[in-house]
Amino acid sequence: MALIDLANPTRFLSVTERVLPWLAAATALAFAAGLYLVWAVAPDDYQQGATVTIMFIHVPNAWLAMGVWTVMSIASIGTLVWRHPLADVAGKSAAPLGAAFTFLALLTGSLWGRPMWGTYWVWDARLTSVLVLFLMYLGVIALWRTVDDPARAGRAAAILTLVGAINLPVIKFSVDWWNTLHQPASVLRVGGPAIHPSILTPLLVMALAFGLLFVTLHLAAMRNEILRRRVRAMWLLQAHPAQGA
Amino acid sequence: MDLGPHSAFIIAAYAMAALVVLGLIAWVLADHAAQRRLLADLEARGVTRRSKSEAA
Amino acid sequence: MTALSALLVRDMRLAIRVGGGALMGVLFFLIVVTLVPFAVGPDLVQLRRIGPAILWLGALLACLLTLDRLLAADHEDGSLDLILMGGTPLELSLLAKAVAHWITTGLPLVIATPLLGLLLDLEPLAIGAVALTLLAGTPALTCIGLIGAALSVALRRGGLLLPVLILPLTVPVLIFGVAASNAAVAGPLSFGAPFMILCALTLGSLVLGPFAAAAALRHGLE
Repeated sequence: MALIDLANPTRFLSVTERVLPWLAAATALAFAAGLYLVWAVAPDDYQQGATVTIMFIHVPNAWLAMGVWTVMSIASIGTLVWRHPLADVAGKSAAPLGAAFTFLALLTGSLWGRPMWGTYWVWDARLTSVLVLFLMYLGVIALWRTVDDPARAGRAAAILTLVGAINLPVIKFSVDWWNTLHQPASVLRVGGPAIHPSILTPLLVMALAFGLLFVTLHLAAMRNEILRRRVRAMWLLQAHPAQGA
Repeated sequence: MDLGPHSAFIIAAYAMAALVVLGLIAWVLADHAAQRRLLADLEARGVTRRSKSEAA
Repeated sequence: MTALSALLVRDMRLAIRVGGGALMGVLFFLIVVTLVPFAVGPDLVQLRRIGPAILWLGALLACLLTLDRLLAADHEDGSLDLILMGGTPLELSLLAKAVAHWITTGLPLVIATPLLGLLLDLEPLAIGAVALTLLAGTPALTCIGLIGAALSVALRRGGLLLPVLILPLTVPVLIFGVAASNAAVAGPLSFGAPFMILCALTLGSLVLGPFAAAAALRHGLE
């Protein structure tokens, strides 16, 4: 069965049913391994003490924040260029997940920043552009919820996603530029020790765990979305039997 | 295990992360159950889909 | 009484649904608060000083933008006519709608305030003060907005008319809200005096708003 056969929603559903339990198990395993490595193995940072353990949640979520928008962008190309049936299902399902990961990145970063650098928030380039990314996620979700017809919503959201993807480097650049124009009042120490294996390995395992979590949740959410569209189609069929299907 | 002077922040961070992750899982599972219920409901009322017969 | 509570519940349900005014208002609030440092600069000391003002402006604008749906949607699908023809006094019906609007729009803004206060590096006392003044002041914003919504309900291409009508009327609320918040933190002035006046403005608007809006509707829809 070629990959393209997955384009058929029914086929996709049956494959997903089979694959999901394995993915869920792999995710749980990865988290178990990662958390063990973080808490039992990784040494306390000589500057930050145990608070460095927050980093093992913060960084993978920050990576996912960007990564999920990339997945949504690819899905959007699928919607607009190839009219792939599952493309806007993929895009719609990924958005809330991406928003949640971005939120976690912001939140854990804030909780890490308070003891380390004295403040919950600072308007520096990196934090601000992630906050703007979070706003863009919420905007796409709002767009999906506001337009009734799934196909039209899909095209609109796809355009917004792609515009957002193009805009992300622009936003990053301009926020960097803005931040260097106005020197912040407080001095921010962004540095830290160089990453060596005892820190890097747990980080990568946690990243893998969160990545698997995304894949698992994404497939499950896509399955839900397909079912939701079926329900909608059947409702419409009920209402207009002559025009149905 | 000594979490140091900032233990509250560490605990808060991990607790919020667990909350969000579990919340996402719960949402996906609940949504699944809801859609399945709706589909069963509609099928019980005799509404069928065109491609049901073509399902692999 | 049940007619009014039915109207209240209906409005709340509609607001939470698609096109959700509730969450959209909070999202807009967040965006406005995010935009200000871009314009003013990221200096935390400065942001902390103007924090209460930013939060009040953001809440005011967020409240405003969800107001037009208050009456226009009902006008479009005919339910406004039903409300007008119904047995309940129009003033009370409009008050019920205003309460529903405040619960689904104003109250979420108040709840979101602490989080946004953190973004602006406000200290807990300032956050508490701003949240309290917003809690007292947002009902006034809704009721004053009700008047504008009633005035512009029949206009299809109202555009920015509603904000233009409303904003001058909301200036006293804004002034006393920010004054009370600042007084709580910095003040030689007391928090109590402006806060009391703010509460008085709210109570007054709870009466004036529905009456003026009802009059506007009756004249405007003839």
